[in-house]
Amino acid sequence: MFSGFMVDTWEAASVVAVVAGLAGFFVVARGSAFAAHALPSGAFAGAAGASLLGVSTTLGLGVFSVAGAAAIAALGRQARRDVAAALAIVAMLATGSLFLALGNGYAGEVDSLLFGQVLGVSSAQVEVTAALGAASLALLVVSWRRVLWSSVLPEAAAARGVSPGAADASFLAVLALVTATAVPVVGALLVFSLLVAPPAAARQLAGRPGSAALLGTALALATVWASVALSYEENLPVGFVVGALGALLYAAARLSAGRRGRARRSGCG
Amino acid sequence: MSPLVTALVVGAVVAAVSGPVGVFMVARGQSFAGHALADAGTTGGAAGYLAGVNVLYGFVAFNLVAAAAMEALGGRRAIARDVATGVVLGASLALTALFLHIETSTATTGATVTVLFGSLFSLAPGTVPVVAALGAVSLALSALLYRPLLLSAVHPDLARARGVHPGLVGAGYLAALSLAVSLSAVTIGAILSTALLVGPAAAALHLVRRPAAAMALASLAALACTLGGVGLAYASYHWPPAGRGWPVSFFVVASVLLVYGASLAARRR
Repeated sequence: MFSGFMVDTWEAASVVAVVAGLAGFFVVARGSAFAAHALPSGAFAGAAGASLLGVSTTLGLGVFSVAGAAAIAALGRQARRDVAAALAIVAMLATGSLFLALGNGYAGEVDSLLFGQVLGVSSAQVEVTAALGAASLALLVVSWRRVLWSSVLPEAAAARGVSPGAADASFLAVLALVTATAVPVVGALLVFSLLVAPPAAARQLAGRPGSAALLGTALALATVWASVALSYEENLPVGFVVGALGALLYAAARLSAGRRGRARRSGCG
Repeated sequence: MSPLVTALVVGAVVAAVSGPVGVFMVARGQSFAGHALADAGTTGGAAGYLAGVNVLYGFVAFNLVAAAAMEALGGRRAIARDVATGVVLGASLALTALFLHIETSTATTGATVTVLFGSLFSLAPGTVPVVAALGAVSLALSALLYRPLLLSAVHPDLARARGVHPGLVGAGYLAALSLAVSLSAVTIGAILSTALLVGPAAAALHLVRRPAAAMALASLAALACTLGGVGLAYASYHWPPAGRGWPVSFFVVASVLLVYGASLAARRR
């Protein structure tokens, strides 16, 4: 399980878990799960287009995720944020269906872009993933304070001169980079699970933003490691294991937070 | 019935239902829930595929379960609802990954693509009565909830004073939404379902004030987009690459985006 080609898998999956766990903290704090779903799913259209043109799928993913993030940010100033995300995802997916119809893309490739091929990561892919992951981390660090203030205390952020539009643009740029990093490794649907479920569980358990972000990242790493191990040993699809573990983590965190809340209330009352 | 006539009839029913249901969805900020139900329904569809029952029944059953789970986990705050929707969507995508894994390991088909993208041109004529019946139930539910939904949207306190239970009305609406989504996603695919629910409704809400007028306008716009899209897709069989045809979803989504863009331009003047 730890030999040969599996080393590449462990490395790529760990990079994806770290950036998705950290970015996921903002996804949950801002209530932006729709954008976190729209960008990875829509960006798969870029991969379909790239295979039609015969260029690198990573390039196609990157171009489409950045374009999608820009569209959501621009539309978000005109309309409700959920409407912006909905229009962006249908526009990207419809373009993808056109590319699939015009090209000779076969269904297997679509499956792997949607559900991931984490056990088939190549050494060349690991280098790309590591580079993009480092870029995502750098952008996260640079924009951390701005996005944190606008997510947690919007009024205080405005008082400090952080405009909501600028913070939203920074957040979406992070999401676009994480998408380009993670989709080739774990697939569009899994990125979404990682961006939402472990960070949402962490937020139930940890009070302070910093500890919630770190706990969410740790939970994302644990989820991904357990999933790679389980899918290798039991031949289960990685997408299923990650999604199921994420949902179980969230359910357990809700139960535990609810119990502590009741204990506190009855203690005071 | 020829495939073209079936496509036109089903498209018209879906468009008519999408108007009223979509206006409430956009006004209540439940676009993510609507889209998530379309995606989550594919889980039920895949389960139906595996069990050998009609995909539509799997869709409807799973959608109602998913809607109930979102409502139970969500609570009142917008951010909590967003995260709950995300967790439910992630869990159901995990199940889809499992079902498709089981399915493609026995018979390799483009199951993912069929379930996600759908096609108006591959509908069996027998679906027409079922679609019409489901559409009628969804419209009737929306009509029944029309006044309480509006009242609790505009004056929550007054609604409560008049004995309107906001949770109950919300749950009833979510049931209407999940029926409408099942109906549209199973026939025209998850992408088009979201496009027709969100785009025309958001555009209509930019143009007219009265909810009933917005609903009628949204239905008309959805109808125009669907018929135009089907017509263009039919014509595209003669476009390059010869004999393949461009996907219906591409044309319908492009028309929806044009309508939405036009409504933004009209509002600004």
